[in-house]
Amino acid sequence: MTKKIKNLNLNFGPQHPAAHGVLRLILELDGEVVEKADPHIGLLHRGTEKLIENKTYMQAVPYFDRLDYVAPMNQEHAFALAVEKILNIDVPIRAQFIRVMFCEIGRILSHILNVTTQALDVGALTPSLWGFEERETLMTFYERASGSRLHANYFRAGGVHQDLPAGLETDIAKFCETFPKIINDLENLLTDNRIFKQRNVDIGIVTKEDALDYSFSGVMIRGSGVPWDLRKSQPYDCYNQLEFKIPVGKNGDCYDRYLCRIEEMKESVKIIKQCLSKMEKGPIKSFDGKITPPSKKDIKQSMEALIHHFKLFTEGYRVPKDEIYTAVEAPKGEFGVYLISDGSSKPYKCKIRAPGFSHLQSMDYLIKGHMLADVPAVLGSLDIVFGEVDR
Amino acid sequence: MNNLIDLEKKINSELGTKINTSEIKHNQIYLEIDSEDLIDVVLFVKTNKDTKFRQLIDITVVDYPERSKRFKIVYLFLSHEFNQRMILSYNISENEVIASLTPIFPSANWMEREVFDMYGVSFKDHPDLRRILTDYGFEGHPLRKDFPLTGHTEVRYSEDQKKVVNEPVKLEQNYRNFDYESPWEGTKYIKELTDSNDKKN
Repeated sequence: MTKKIKNLNLNFGPQHPAAHGVLRLILELDGEVVEKADPHIGLLHRGTEKLIENKTYMQAVPYFDRLDYVAPMNQEHAFALAVEKILNIDVPIRAQFIRVMFCEIGRILSHILNVTTQALDVGALTPSLWGFEERETLMTFYERASGSRLHANYFRAGGVHQDLPAGLETDIAKFCETFPKIINDLENLLTDNRIFKQRNVDIGIVTKEDALDYSFSGVMIRGSGVPWDLRKSQPYDCYNQLEFKIPVGKNGDCYDRYLCRIEEMKESVKIIKQCLSKMEKGPIKSFDGKITPPSKKDIKQSMEALIHHFKLFTEGYRVPKDEIYTAVEAPKGEFGVYLISDGSSKPYKCKIRAPGFSHLQSMDYLIKGHMLADVPAVLGSLDIVFGEVDR
Repeated sequence: MNNLIDLEKKINSELGTKINTSEIKHNQIYLEIDSEDLIDVVLFVKTNKDTKFRQLIDITVVDYPERSKRFKIVYLFLSHEFNQRMILSYNISENEVIASLTPIFPSANWMEREVFDMYGVSFKDHPDLRRILTDYGFEGHPLRKDFPLTGHTEVRYSEDQKKVVNEPVKLEQNYRNFDYESPWEGTKYIKELTDSNDKKN
C-alpha cells in the first residue's frame, strides 16, 4: 500500500524574532527540507516615495533616516549627492570628511547589528550583548552631532546641518583606539567557533553569475568573490583621498559574508581615523545663499537674510529640471536614488533603490534544498532591514 | 568600453533604428527606445562584449497624467566590467501591456511586481504578477499622480466586530498644500485680470 505524502506549508512570521522585522515567509516543506519560500513583504510599507513627492527637498531628508534605520546617515548621503549633482554645487572639504566619517560610523553600526544578531539566530547570545554596548557609544556620537540617536536628519544638499560640537572629534578618536579590541573579542567568540561554523559554512552559497543576475550588491556580491565597491569604483565625496581595502570572500556562503563584514568594520575604523586626521577647520555647508539657510546671527541683523530664511523654510529651494540616478555604498549594498526634478521646489519623482529588496527576492533561490533550521542563518546573512525593503 | 562616448557610438551603430534618442549626462547614458524593442535592446546590452550591462539595478515608472502616453518606464543598468551606468526608457499609454524582463534577469521579478502594484502597469509573461508592497485586498495604485496622498481607506480595530476593519478616510482637517511659489506675482484671479487688461490695451 502506498501512502500519499503531502508537503507541509509553514507560515514563518510576521512576528518572529529571527525574521529581523516584519517578514512573513510561506515555506513549503518536504519533511525538514525547504522546497519553496515565498516572502510576503510590505508590512512596513509607509509610502515614502509618495510622501517625498509632496515635500520640499529639505523636508524629504528625514524620510531617508527611516529607511534603513540601523545606518541612517548613509541613506541621506545618496539623496544629498543626487540634489547636489543637479544643482551643481560644491561641498566644502570639511563637510565631505564629516559626511564620510558618519557614513563609516553607520557602516559599523549596521555591521555590528548584523553580525551579532546573526550569531544570536544560530544560538550565541553573548556577541549581541557586547556589540550593543558599542552601538550605544556610536549612537551618542550621532546624538552629539545631530541631536538624535537614530533619525539624524543631519546631511543637507551642500554639506551638513551644523558643525561638530567641541570634544566630539577626540572622543571618536578614542573610540577608534578601543573598538578594534572589541572586534577581536567578537572574532574570538565566533570565527573559529565550531557551532557557528557548522551553522554557516556552505550554507546559502551564491555563485558569481547568480550574484550578478539577482542584482546583488555590497557584501552579498563581495562575499562571492566579485571585488565591487562603489566607494572605490565610483568614488563620491572624499573617498578618493582615503586609503582602505575591499575585503572579498571566496566561497559565497554565509560564513564568508560574516568574515567580510568583520573585515569591513576594521577598514571603517581606519577610514574614520584618516578622516579625523585630515579634517581641518572650515565651512561645513555651501555658501550659496539660495540653498543654505542664513545663520541665526544674520537673521537678527539683515532683512535680506530674514526673507531668505522664510522662503527657504516655506517654499524651499528650487531644483532645475533634470533626471539623475546616484548610488552610494550603504552597509547593505548599493543604495540609490533616482530623482526627477521639474524646476519646482518638490521632487516630481523619487525612486529609492534599496539593496535589501533584491537580496530578499533571492530567498527562494537561496533556501531551496536547505533545512528549515538554515532559514534564520540565511536570512541573517542577507542583512535585511524592513525599513528599506518596504519603504 | 570604458569610454562613455565610444560606448554611446557603439550602441547607436549596432542597434541603429531601435534607439530613438541617446544622451550623455551626469556620467551616464540615457537611451530612449520603443516599447516593442525592449527585449532586443536589453539582450544586446547584456551579452555584447563591449557593453556587458550584466546587472539590472531597478525598474521604475514615472507618471505624467497629462500626456497621451502616460507612463514612462525606466530601467537602470550597471556594467561592472566597464564601470558604466545606463538608463533606458520608453513611453506607454495607460492600458498597454509590456514585455517582462524576467527571462533575462531573474531579479526583474519583484521589481515588475512593484511597478504593477504602484502604477498598475501589466507585464506579459510574468510568472507571478501579484501585489507586493500594499496590503492584501488593496485597491488602487498609490504612486499614480491622481491617487490622493491620504489614500482612500483607513484601518482600525473594531471593538464591536472584534476584527480589523477598513473604513473611508475621515480627517479632522484636510491635508493642506499651500502654494508658496512667488507670492509677489499676486493671486491667480488678479493675474488673469491683469492679463486680460494687457490684451485689451
